[in-house]
Amino acid sequence: MAEVLVLVEHTDGEVKKVTYELLTLAARLGEPSAVLVGPGFDAAKESLAAYGATKVYVADAPDLVDHLVVPVAEVLARVVADSSPAAVLLASSADGKEVAARLALKTGSGVITDATDVSGDGGAVLAEQQVFGGSTIVRSKVSTGTPVITVRPNSVPAEQTAGAAERVDVAVELSEAAKAARIVDRVVEEKGERPELSEAAIVVSGGRGVGSGENFSVIEGLADALGAAVGASRAATDAGWYPHQHQVGQTGKTVSPQLYIAAGISGAIQHRAGMQTSKTIVAINKDPEAPIFELVDYGVVGDLHEVVPVLTDKVKARKG
Amino acid sequence: MNIVVCVKQVPDTWSEKKLDPSDSTLDRAATDPVMNEMDEYAVEEALTIQEAQGGEVTILCMGPDAATETVRKALSMGADKAVHVVDDALHGSDAVATSLALAKAVEHVGDVDLVLLGSESSDARMSVVPAMLAERLGRPQLTFAKEVTVGDGTVSIKRLTDDGYTVVEASLPAVVSVVEKINEPRYPSFKGIMAAKKKPVETLSLADLGIESGDVGLGGAWSAVESFEAAPPRQAGTVVKDEGGDGADKLLDFLASKKFV
Repeated sequence: MAEVLVLVEHTDGEVKKVTYELLTLAARLGEPSAVLVGPGFDAAKESLAAYGATKVYVADAPDLVDHLVVPVAEVLARVVADSSPAAVLLASSADGKEVAARLALKTGSGVITDATDVSGDGGAVLAEQQVFGGSTIVRSKVSTGTPVITVRPNSVPAEQTAGAAERVDVAVELSEAAKAARIVDRVVEEKGERPELSEAAIVVSGGRGVGSGENFSVIEGLADALGAAVGASRAATDAGWYPHQHQVGQTGKTVSPQLYIAAGISGAIQHRAGMQTSKTIVAINKDPEAPIFELVDYGVVGDLHEVVPVLTDKVKARKG
Repeated sequence: MNIVVCVKQVPDTWSEKKLDPSDSTLDRAATDPVMNEMDEYAVEEALTIQEAQGGEVTILCMGPDAATETVRKALSMGADKAVHVVDDALHGSDAVATSLALAKAVEHVGDVDLVLLGSESSDARMSVVPAMLAERLGRPQLTFAKEVTVGDGTVSIKRLTDDGYTVVEASLPAVVSVVEKINEPRYPSFKGIMAAKKKPVETLSLADLGIESGDVGLGGAWSAVESFEAAPPRQAGTVVKDEGGDGADKLLDFLASKKFV
């Protein structure tokens, strides 16, 4: 059975959930092998094994993580050349997509981004995407080279299954081009206990109805009670009420959580494009005509400033 | 400082988009075309850099004849000249082919210090063309920039991340993509619109760029759509009114019934 490579998303061996989802998808297509670039194998090994990684290709040198995107693509190109995998799966993050882009050109392969499902189809790999804000389902195949596919977080539930996670060291002599863009600083502007927006199981988002930056504490309060990430509509980030990296929508992030709560968001197409594929959608809005109510599983017509704080207290009380 | 800005014409961000059943490509006739919004930020950034450093700003657009409107808009914002790559054989090109045509066109412009792009188009939303273009040109990529600083032979950006940013540096020439909110794109002035009509627009075919037509378009794509369909509409849900403060209770009951609390 051919190998299927999964690029591990991690920080010093702390593996992101999407990696386990990719390993689950990889097992449908062949034998899942993880590719870990940078330090952290010892920390990552156990969890990669628990989600079925047969091998873990490890490339660990300072040069690899001090430069943007290209070194990872060169490592993956090396492993692709050595192992002739049936496919390469990456997360649909900024880095994942750009590594995929470079890898596709380096290996003469087609690339599909933002897949929400992947399946085997008579030796080929069929990728499903939900495009135009989830209004259209497209099934595509890579017709040239090794399929390079990026998959959105939360597309499938990760399934545990034992793998050996056998370490295979990869030696890569980086090209000069790989060292051209140097990462000189990493600045964390906020580091709380909240999960990351694109990976979170629950997202609570605020929009124009929140009214001010200070009022976002109401949204954050509910998010923290639920263990959720915080999102914001474009109206809210344009107004400077909440940081840009939290923007959900056509020109921001696309999220697909189990539960999406939209508070004070009207639901313009710009916003719907980023959250329409959420499993369960809840909205709180003063305007009964707001288009967001066309999407919801449950909606409350009311003032978020009254409903959300009470809900937050009740959720906390219930969780004890 | 000579800058090339890549711009794409796309369906209006606020419109519903559809695929053409005949060849599974975007139905561009069904929607109002506009300049990809993220590219407006790239044009603005180029003009700001030019104001400080001099040099020339060239707009590069690959797209059908109708994309002339987007080219003119970029020129009316203040760019000096444009290159428009037009060829029927480009219809249906994937990102791999698009990056090939753009790379050849950048080489055709020659003597370019900086290539600027939006970090994604609002129709395809792949975010791969800037990285592919850098790969093909053999130049450093500095992508997803929320701030760009051009120094003496160097460029530095703040790359937007999930929890902040990373600072990335490289020597020029380089490829830089920008995110929304990096700046406030200017509106074309009346004078700018009039001046744009006289600015040079060079139209190039695939043959002019030395590209075989079989390497681009639907036939040359390295991936292919097998099938598509409209997503099933969401089931209509329950909408209740918050009356006398019972909205939170009703919502809590719903969340409990779904085991979220």
